[in-house]
Amino acid sequence: MIKNFLDKIRPNFEEGGKLSAFRSVFEGMETFLMVPNTTSQVGVSIHDAIDSKRIMSFVVIALLPALLFGMFNIGYQNYQAAGVEAGFLTMFLYGFMVTLPKIVVSYAVGLGIEFVVAQWKHEEIQEGYLVTGLLIPMIVPVGCPLWMLAIAVAFSVIFAKEIYGGTGMNIFNPALVARAFLFFAYPGKMSGDSVWVSKESIFGLGNDLPDAFTMATPLGEAGSGAAVTSSFTDMVTGLMPGSIGETSVIAIAIGAAILLWTRIASWKTMVSTFIGGALAGFLFNVSGIDTAIAQMPWYEHLVTGGFCFGAVFMATDPVTSARTENGKYIYGFLIGALAITIRVLNPGYAEGMMLAILFMNMFAPLIDYFFVQSNINKRAKRAKLQ
Amino acid sequence: MERLYKIKKGLDFKLEGEALFSLHKVSPSHEYAIAPTDFHGVVPRLVVKEGDHVLAGSPLFVDKATEKIHFVSPVSGKVKSIERGERRKLLRIRIEADKVQEAKDFGPCDLNKYSGEKMKRLLLESGLFAFFRQRPYDITAEAEGEPKAIFISAFSKMPLAASFSFVAQDQEEDFKTGVKALAKMAKVYIGISPEQINSQLLPIPEAEISVFSGPNPSGNVGVHINHVSPVNKGEVVWTLSPEETIFVGRLIRTGKVDLTRRIAVAGSEVKTPVYLETKVGAPVADILKNNLKEETHHRRIIDGNPLVGRKSSMEDFLGAHTTEICVIPEGDDVHELFGWIAPRLNEFSTSRSYFSWLSGKSKEYNPDCRIKGGQRHIIMSGEYDRVFPMDIYAGYLVKAVLTGDIDRQEALGIYEVAPEDFAVAEFVDSSKLELQRIIREGLDLLRKENA
Repeated sequence: MIKNFLDKIRPNFEEGGKLSAFRSVFEGMETFLMVPNTTSQVGVSIHDAIDSKRIMSFVVIALLPALLFGMFNIGYQNYQAAGVEAGFLTMFLYGFMVTLPKIVVSYAVGLGIEFVVAQWKHEEIQEGYLVTGLLIPMIVPVGCPLWMLAIAVAFSVIFAKEIYGGTGMNIFNPALVARAFLFFAYPGKMSGDSVWVSKESIFGLGNDLPDAFTMATPLGEAGSGAAVTSSFTDMVTGLMPGSIGETSVIAIAIGAAILLWTRIASWKTMVSTFIGGALAGFLFNVSGIDTAIAQMPWYEHLVTGGFCFGAVFMATDPVTSARTENGKYIYGFLIGALAITIRVLNPGYAEGMMLAILFMNMFAPLIDYFFVQSNINKRAKRAKLQ
Repeated sequence: MERLYKIKKGLDFKLEGEALFSLHKVSPSHEYAIAPTDFHGVVPRLVVKEGDHVLAGSPLFVDKATEKIHFVSPVSGKVKSIERGERRKLLRIRIEADKVQEAKDFGPCDLNKYSGEKMKRLLLESGLFAFFRQRPYDITAEAEGEPKAIFISAFSKMPLAASFSFVAQDQEEDFKTGVKALAKMAKVYIGISPEQINSQLLPIPEAEISVFSGPNPSGNVGVHINHVSPVNKGEVVWTLSPEETIFVGRLIRTGKVDLTRRIAVAGSEVKTPVYLETKVGAPVADILKNNLKEETHHRRIIDGNPLVGRKSSMEDFLGAHTTEICVIPEGDDVHELFGWIAPRLNEFSTSRSYFSWLSGKSKEYNPDCRIKGGQRHIIMSGEYDRVFPMDIYAGYLVKAVLTGDIDRQEALGIYEVAPEDFAVAEFVDSSKLELQRIIREGLDLLRKENA
């Protein structure tokens, strides 16, 4: 029945049809609804059932636990700050209402640009943005205004993805580029202590908090030398202020399990990132540097801030990470170590994960280069010996 | 003692309709055809006209480059028609078979009196050299080539492929004679599977035997070459399929060219999947006669196996190198709603985002020919390398071919590979790239550049 409907409206979108400018949108919707039944004409006659859509949708599924917990946490932080008691569902609904506009804006702007570019290139739209579109709202603080988010998404999709050729061709992680754009362009709104708790009520849910209300994240507290007020349990379960999706280690761990089990993310990158971070944190602990952040126990480093979220969802992005199997160990390790190092040694900003990943994105091809080159040299030496 | 190589990378899965080990003979057909396009890399020059009478073993065309390689007729009869395509490209030579078959006699052959040169000349003239292929470039072997070795793979692990162990029953002596003949020209390496260690095929003192265990494509001759004696720039290796080695053995024994093959007829759309004894160039319609299930949906006839074979039809003829014919559902009449998020419990996938990992290794699948996804840029890393058991960075090599960077292709090992080595990688590719076609075009371009 759906097929008949699609067949009926398809001529409008072909060349010369009155809606041919929206062809890319139609094709995107069509492949979303029905699996294309084009058969192979050359090469293999049969194919594995896996495809890009399946992979991307499983990453989205893996992100859902962190997203849902984040929504609950927004409500929890707001009610706690106002000193008002509320039920689990109320807190979750409040967080949901606060987060939903961000998700809608992210997908609308991002997919809109991607459809336009796909139409212009006469290509089928590729599924990369399905994941990025959900990642971006999850790594911004809850106080981020929607117009700012829209500009950041547009910047990221155009300058960090489409100009390189689209999905699979980018050097830098587009979600982190959006975050970095916000960080450098609107620093007052992205860091500091006033952005981590939602301050307005929506549709009768939530509480209005005074504009001057501030609440620091544990990392912010350590960074400024104050005592960390969240307990370790709070850090692991995620009941602390932070960006929308990054607080709960348990929720992220569920997502990590899904990604690792389906082999969509590389365990090599993920595990190396944690090892690198732990080692750097430990070395700073014993180094004798006396700041609060240097003395923050290495295991607390791993569960605060964006470290967990970045290690599981950002570092493992297959396009921007190292692509040789051995390179992934080095890539992950350096991300973890660099993130903690930036946190400890950088006086201006408490978080280092975003910068560490973007920096290593740049060096991933170099890491791969050495491994590929050694294979090339081995072959050349073998040829010379003949 | 044979050396054992354990192949770890690759993929095995079972398809419905594997041919049972029972041999049937096909009655001789009225018409046979040879397609020059089966001999990749050769520019053909016809030596017969329509209406000429030929014997089994007399040449139909030769290679334009040296005119030394004869491509012969499988049967005696009259040249019925010569089909040409665009720009007069020779597509097919059809032969109407005689009721009584006559074969060209190449005389008795005493191997002890043959030197390498004499052996090569016999093979060139008798049309059996035409079946040799070479690395680099995976083309029909060039007549002037000086190979450092000849490799034969005695097994294939491609799904639904014919089992050479079964095909060779009662023909082991011809196989051994064939190897002895090849050994006159260059050192012969034979790759066998662990199941063949105790078979009647061995012992063969003239060849070096290696055992390859592990999943598909452990049977690919390219994998064997890469492990035993990789091809460096400037070197040439010849490969011959094992049944074609039996052709050589028959020629030595009888003095005549006998291109009888035992092929597997397999696939879920075949009523009784069995082995059939027929000749190279036989009509597909005769091979599949009365053996297809009732047609409830579109079907695909494949000249070869579902990973490496070529799309064929009832009007087509058995290819020169083909060892099996498979018939599976086409799938272009399937309409699947939201397939990408559906559980798809009957589909096979290496990804654990589906559920085929729950079923054991013995479950048989029945995939159709749908690509099941649009072609995308390369996103995932490591997909190809997981099923590519050679010391080559497959993903980087594919990218070098796509960008036309010839120096980088050479550096990464393009001289060692053939399109069939990428068949399993093409099967598991989530980006649905046509890897075998890409590599084929890359090799052809490279050969042109190097000429």
